[in-house]
Amino acid sequence: MVIFYRRLPKFEYIKPESQNMLFEILSDNKNCSVYAGGTDLIPKLKKRLIKPPDVLIDLKGLNELDYIKIEGGTLKIGALSTIYSVATSKIVIEKFNILSQAAKSIAAFQIQNRGTIVGNICNAVPSADSAPALLVLNAKLNIKKKDGSRKVNIDEFFIGPNKTVLDKDEIVTEVEISEVPSSFKGIYYKLSTRGKMDLATVGVAVLLGSDNGRFSDIRIGLGAVAPTPIRAKRAEELLKGEKINKELINNAARIASDESSPIDDHRASATYRKIMVETLVKRAICRLTEVG
Amino acid sequence: MEKKEIRFKINGEDTVISIKPNKTLLEMIREDLKLTGTKEACDHGECGACTVLINGVPVNSCLVLAMEAHGKEILTIEGLKQDDRLDPIQEAFIQNTGMQCGFCTPGMIMSTKALLNRNPKPNDDEIKEAIAGNLCRCTGYTKIFESIKDASSKIGGK
Repeated sequence: MVIFYRRLPKFEYIKPESQNMLFEILSDNKNCSVYAGGTDLIPKLKKRLIKPPDVLIDLKGLNELDYIKIEGGTLKIGALSTIYSVATSKIVIEKFNILSQAAKSIAAFQIQNRGTIVGNICNAVPSADSAPALLVLNAKLNIKKKDGSRKVNIDEFFIGPNKTVLDKDEIVTEVEISEVPSSFKGIYYKLSTRGKMDLATVGVAVLLGSDNGRFSDIRIGLGAVAPTPIRAKRAEELLKGEKINKELINNAARIASDESSPIDDHRASATYRKIMVETLVKRAICRLTEVG
Repeated sequence: MEKKEIRFKINGEDTVISIKPNKTLLEMIREDLKLTGTKEACDHGECGACTVLINGVPVNSCLVLAMEAHGKEILTIEGLKQDDRLDPIQEAFIQNTGMQCGFCTPGMIMSTKALLNRNPKPNDDEIKEAIAGNLCRCTGYTKIFESIKDASSKIGGK
């Protein structure tokens, strides 16, 4: 029998006003959950999908983590930047357009106004829309804890559905993205029966640079078709440095599909997902290179 | 689980209340403040029936903890009327019959309020995008859409 819970379980609520205070609480080894927007955590708690924490820590007291800025060409997005603010940020639209496309494709305004890009990553569902875009942008995540910090490349961050390399006493404070050459173009395709309102059935991000009719750089990110968001590295290798032509693109799209390992679920079958990876990778590269 | 005191403004009125940390903003609005215009439907942030504005921004109040209202300005459907005059958006929904059962209407109107505050003359796509997070199970979207167009022509001018 399915039980529908409506109310939230019991927990204490703390809203630290400084990072020192936050990391002090986290290092205490209590059963804590950290959240920013809460758009993933609150439904999970209501549905009893996770063990209720003793303490819920609201990060929104740390105003210093609410920023989107450029420093020396590098884009920095703080942990409290909402999905809406990233989707509509002028800097992001102009210089990291694929990330704004991805952010725009995440849910309704009511969710975009609360949820954060960092939260989208930390929640680590394979279909997270920002993930394929951040993968092709080679994003780095700045992670902090009480006595230290580390930087993790996004392709090493996810280790399984809902699982990341983040320890219990750590938080991601910032996403960092190095400058992308202005000639690079990117597309994020989200395949979904209900547009941005549903989770992606397949997500495909392609970022490419071309030079004299050749692929000078190409990066392909895939969402919802493996236990984690992934890069289709073998497909990229096939194209890199080669002359742009339809046959090669077709082959690369097939390889990208081979690199995926989707599951059957209520949204789509694994077979359909594989076919659509091929279709969308092909479509994205053709669109970006203006090849038939 | 101790109650904590929070202070905020709701529909222009300063409010102080002691609240348990596991109460959502929606539960507080409906059960403690008795403002039952805001509706509870899916309770998981999918349907938008519980949409309210926090500092002018539309959110699903079922996904917000009541605690987070502290220091904020909340606007619910009850706060739209000025004295005894309905908001032009409410008038437009009535005149265009922008509702069937009416359950999604408060959420629809709050999303419209946020849209027209930000952009008084939205185009068709912008209107559809603004209410994408509000589901109408009667599927009466055409009339709702016409109501919003009408409201925008009254507020934003033709």
